[in-house]
Amino acid sequence: MASPTAREITHNGLWKNNPALVQLLGLCPLLAVTGSVVNAIGLGLATLAVLVCSNTAVSLLRNNMSATVRLPASVMIIATFTTCAELLMKAFTYELYQILGIFIPLIVTNCTILGRADAFASKNPVGPSALDGFMMGVGFLLVLIAIGAIRELLGQGTLFADMDLIFGDAAKDWKLTLLGEDYPGFLIAILPPGAFLVAGLLIAAKNAIDAEFERRAKLNRQVVRGSKRVRTTGNIQ
Amino acid sequence: MALMHASSPHTAQPQTSANIMQLVLAAMVPGIVALVAYFGVGVLFNLALCGLTALASEALMLKLRGRPIGFYLRDYSALVTAALLAVALPPYCPWWIPVVGTATAIILAKQLYGGLGFNPFNPAMVGYVVLLISFPVEMTLWVAPATVEHGLPDIEEAFSLVFGNYQVDGFTMATPLEIVRHNNSIIMSQLYNEEPVLAKGSIAGAGWEMVNLAFLVGGLYLLYRKVFTWHAPVGMLAALFLLSTVFYDSGSSLSEGSPLLHLFSGATMLGAFFIITDPVSSATSTRGRLYFGIGVGILVFVIRVWGSYPDAVAFAVLLMNFAAPLIDNYTLPRTYGHAAPRRATEKED
Repeated sequence: MASPTAREITHNGLWKNNPALVQLLGLCPLLAVTGSVVNAIGLGLATLAVLVCSNTAVSLLRNNMSATVRLPASVMIIATFTTCAELLMKAFTYELYQILGIFIPLIVTNCTILGRADAFASKNPVGPSALDGFMMGVGFLLVLIAIGAIRELLGQGTLFADMDLIFGDAAKDWKLTLLGEDYPGFLIAILPPGAFLVAGLLIAAKNAIDAEFERRAKLNRQVVRGSKRVRTTGNIQ
Repeated sequence: MALMHASSPHTAQPQTSANIMQLVLAAMVPGIVALVAYFGVGVLFNLALCGLTALASEALMLKLRGRPIGFYLRDYSALVTAALLAVALPPYCPWWIPVVGTATAIILAKQLYGGLGFNPFNPAMVGYVVLLISFPVEMTLWVAPATVEHGLPDIEEAFSLVFGNYQVDGFTMATPLEIVRHNNSIIMSQLYNEEPVLAKGSIAGAGWEMVNLAFLVGGLYLLYRKVFTWHAPVGMLAALFLLSTVFYDSGSSLSEGSPLLHLFSGATMLGAFFIITDPVSSATSTRGRLYFGIGVGILVFVIRVWGSYPDAVAFAVLLMNFAAPLIDNYTLPRTYGHAAPRRATEKED
């Protein structure tokens, strides 16, 4: 089986087969840590790193793993990289590490990662596998950021608050107070129900966009003239 | 002579959704009058803001969904949702509270599920709960009833309370339910003497008992007009009465409040006759509605007494909305002439 092209892999990861909006995998971190943009970026980047590394490693080892140990071995590999990510965050972004808490070690249970390792990396060479991990990770990260931004804006009226937790002191004044200082805060957006609502609305928006594209494609489809078959009913579209 | 063939049901006057909704709105009038009498014009601000937002968001969603706007707006269901939410909100709350609440109720809880008849949750209660957990401060400031202390804000003050940045604190007072729940030091009879809102009333606090009585009257009218059957309200009120009797503790300092307090304070009567009787989001059969009501009654008491929010009707109704399909599954009535129905939970052979 030939590997898909880089273009296909990118399209799959970012849009057509987006882990968060289409596969609906990794919903636990998606719903739990997207209360603000900074949390979303923190966890999204950690997941992205683990995804690229584990896809690469699984792909390199794919010919040496028998079918019986493939899944346990993949989980071990993912767990190793998750521990690495956890220790790195502990070392360099300690405050963010404390905020995200249990959800960093829980990256190991994120179905997206095991899913890509098993469905893609174990069958494809290392180059496409690493790219697939990267694109899936970026797709996941972008959705996390989108949900985080909407929830932060509705819930607190700000955007990019506390970005210095990731990007250092230079990011201290990135915070935008968009809805005024005395915005009362729509708390439900930050609470767990808000995560479900925003994620649901994003999925609906993606489906609506897809439907619109399909409708336009149908309209633009070239009519083949001179068909030999005789139509007796309906209009040729 | 041609004979006219008419199939069943042979009702003399067909009941349309619009008829029923108009009846419900009419039956709310006594309750609204009582609310205005005891809590002032703030109630009317809420009604107006909720009503306008409901019509606007319903029209917007119908347009987006490509449905006939005029046809659905004329069934009055959006106005009923708006009215139910408006009477549950604290009077004189800032204008964006009713607007956000009603928009949430109509857009999220009703139209996104497919509009009237398809909503699994009571839209007004979804709107109320979203507001309560989002804006706990604004949602728990109730003005003192007219017969107690300071008097109510006048029209001018009401305008600045609703549309300005004026703080409502000067007029507010804890509701009877809150007073009883937070009391664990003095016995009930003493509490009733000391707290003005309880002392000025007779059984469940000044104002509140009359509002509940008025909603009871409106509800009985709907029952008389056969808009709903007795099952759900009786189930809820009986369960609430029984539980509060058991935990009354003869009025000691640890008492959870008398049965009459629980029946005639907070949103009990509004809930029993106007909210849990919603035919869409409650159980389907009459027996199912009885169980639905009992469940709401139990949950109302449990959440009022051991929960952390001042009243519980909205949470209880939403929790029982979740349970309604299960209740339906176990209370499927047998159709005359047919074998016992198969439940969805029964195993396939």
